[in-house]
Amino acid sequence: MNIHEYQAKALLKKYGAPVAEGVPIFSADEAEAAAKQLPGPLYVVKSQIHAGGRGKGKFTELGPDSKGGVRLAKSIEEVVSHAKEMLGNTLVTKQTGDAGKQVNRLYIEDGADIDRELYLSILIDRTVGRPAFVVSTEGGMDIEAVAHDTPEKIITVAVDPETGLTQSDLDTLTSTLKLEGEAKADGEKLFPILYKAFVETDMALLEVNPLIVMTDGHLRVLDAKVSFDGNAMFRHDDIKELRDETEEDAKEIEASKWDLAYVALDGNIGCMVNGAGLAMATMDIIKLYGKEPANFCDVGGGAGKEKVAAAFKIITADPKVEGILVNIFGGIMKCDVIAEGVVAAVQEVGLKVPLVVRLEGTNVDLGKKILNESGLAITAADDLDDAAKKIVAAIQA
Amino acid sequence: MSILIDKNTKVLVQGLTGKTGTFHTEQALAYHGTQMVGGIHPKKGGENWTGAKGETLPIFASVAEGREQTGATASVVYVPPAGAAAAIIEAIEAEMELIVCITEGIPVMDMVKVKARLEKSKSRLIGPNCPGLVTPDECKIGIMPGSIFRKGSVGVVSRSGTLTYEAVFQTSNAGLGQSTAVGIGGDPVKGTEFIDVLEMFLADDETKSIIMIGEIGGSAEEDAAQFLRDEAKRGRSKPMAGFIAGRTAPAGRTMGHAGAVISGGKGGAEDKIAAMEAAGIRVSPSPARLGTTLVEALKG
Repeated sequence: MNIHEYQAKALLKKYGAPVAEGVPIFSADEAEAAAKQLPGPLYVVKSQIHAGGRGKGKFTELGPDSKGGVRLAKSIEEVVSHAKEMLGNTLVTKQTGDAGKQVNRLYIEDGADIDRELYLSILIDRTVGRPAFVVSTEGGMDIEAVAHDTPEKIITVAVDPETGLTQSDLDTLTSTLKLEGEAKADGEKLFPILYKAFVETDMALLEVNPLIVMTDGHLRVLDAKVSFDGNAMFRHDDIKELRDETEEDAKEIEASKWDLAYVALDGNIGCMVNGAGLAMATMDIIKLYGKEPANFCDVGGGAGKEKVAAAFKIITADPKVEGILVNIFGGIMKCDVIAEGVVAAVQEVGLKVPLVVRLEGTNVDLGKKILNESGLAITAADDLDDAAKKIVAAIQA
Repeated sequence: MSILIDKNTKVLVQGLTGKTGTFHTEQALAYHGTQMVGGIHPKKGGENWTGAKGETLPIFASVAEGREQTGATASVVYVPPAGAAAAIIEAIEAEMELIVCITEGIPVMDMVKVKARLEKSKSRLIGPNCPGLVTPDECKIGIMPGSIFRKGSVGVVSRSGTLTYEAVFQTSNAGLGQSTAVGIGGDPVKGTEFIDVLEMFLADDETKSIIMIGEIGGSAEEDAAQFLRDEAKRGRSKPMAGFIAGRTAPAGRTMGHAGAVISGGKGGAEDKIAAMEAAGIRVSPSPARLGTTLVEALKG
């Protein structure tokens, strides 16, 4: 689960991290009052969307020569005029795709005098199964580019969860980032704070890019991107409230209500599959036969008829979908349950596109019988290759 | 021979009294008499569990007691996510040799703590978020459908449950059968990686060939490929077929499995496929051709 920058900063501030003063706003009317709460004379107006690359992003409505999604302002008037221009418009960054994202929230923040920009993130290092700091002196830029061009400038420090950050870990971090004097003292305070926030709130990623050394020698968290482990949200009701559903695909929100693993994609063959690996493989094989999948959908192992019907309805409601491929290898999942769910959903919402069903595994004969006797126009397939060929042929017919 | 489990393996069930635990314990007992020897429930110790066909098993208050009373060396965990890590740690403390965690949805930070405990123990954990493992005609731990297995010579190791079934089904249909099939699970932090299982398959005489099924996210496939190259230089290698799921997955999106995500430009399918091919694995472009691809690999 992702949250906005201003929410991430509020959270980190609660843990004691040095962040600038700032005020989130939801309409341009609030811009002046927000800026007046800040010391000035330098302000930053930041688009709040769940995507990176905002500074270099462009607003679709404003044309290619307009300023980006993060803007400096040297007066309150300038803050207001930026806010009016940015709010409600669509920001396209390298992470949003061409459709971009509508900016519904801005964060008005106190400006900072920057001496150096650093990179810091905490994530789970899968190779060792531990939280790890990833740091670099090359902050403020695309870290993927740094990793590609100068991998030696990125250092990873994995933390033993039983001891937490040790003095030796801190020494590595401060020396890698070339922190001295007050910045070093700040760092030795900040890094354990960030680690504590990461662990206690079950973050999946905490990225501070940039972490800055200011001209006064102190450290400040200038940007913050936080996402949480969705599997841990059962123990964080306060964090669940930070979810902004306007940032998410409506189909994905509906799917999450049914506990379905669903990801909306751009193609036109809808898929319903059991198991994440098989669901990905089904997408891949559609592509192998020359078409694009409209979604990833794993109905899981223990789904009942109602859940299957809900998944099928979400897929058929997508106007892009020109054909549907159901691919089930029943283990725990019984083929007859899938068949019943599909038939129930089709009877309720109708079927306007070709449907190919491949069933294998537990109760396969019963499942095939239910589909055959339903009187619905369903094409049966023998295996996944056969199924992919048939659905691709059906939508090209 | 087989790896990890055979007809002598005695298994305890943590989470036996729930719906999932009950169903799969019935299935395991029905699968060539897998030695399911008891369940664990802190408040129901001394009672008995009864399955749908009247099967009964004793319930113990703790894993340690269950081990002592039955001589079990393995434990399977069906406990729901919030309590699953504590259940695994209890099994580690009871010094179970093999712990298989089926539970999906355990917080990563809980698994970080489990992993730290695991490293200081002699226990092996398979999973979590995995379908378990099967040695055909001998022992079935977890949720795989027993009917698709056939005793034979292919070792199967996979991050995905249903793709394991594909590999098993296809190798059964090809007449090859399996020595053991192991689902290592779809979570980012887990007990057993590809390398661990590949090492066992290379050492196992009964395993004549191997299917390895990976997916996007992390670098376990690349690490495994490097391991296989190093072992091949030492003269240890077996014919292998492989598959990577997620070639079409968009970056930055978690694809069902918590560990299946391309992040920071890493974990993409093409890098994994290239690494596996460089290690001599025949990577099938289609999950429907795992069996035929392995047959080709066996022809050399």
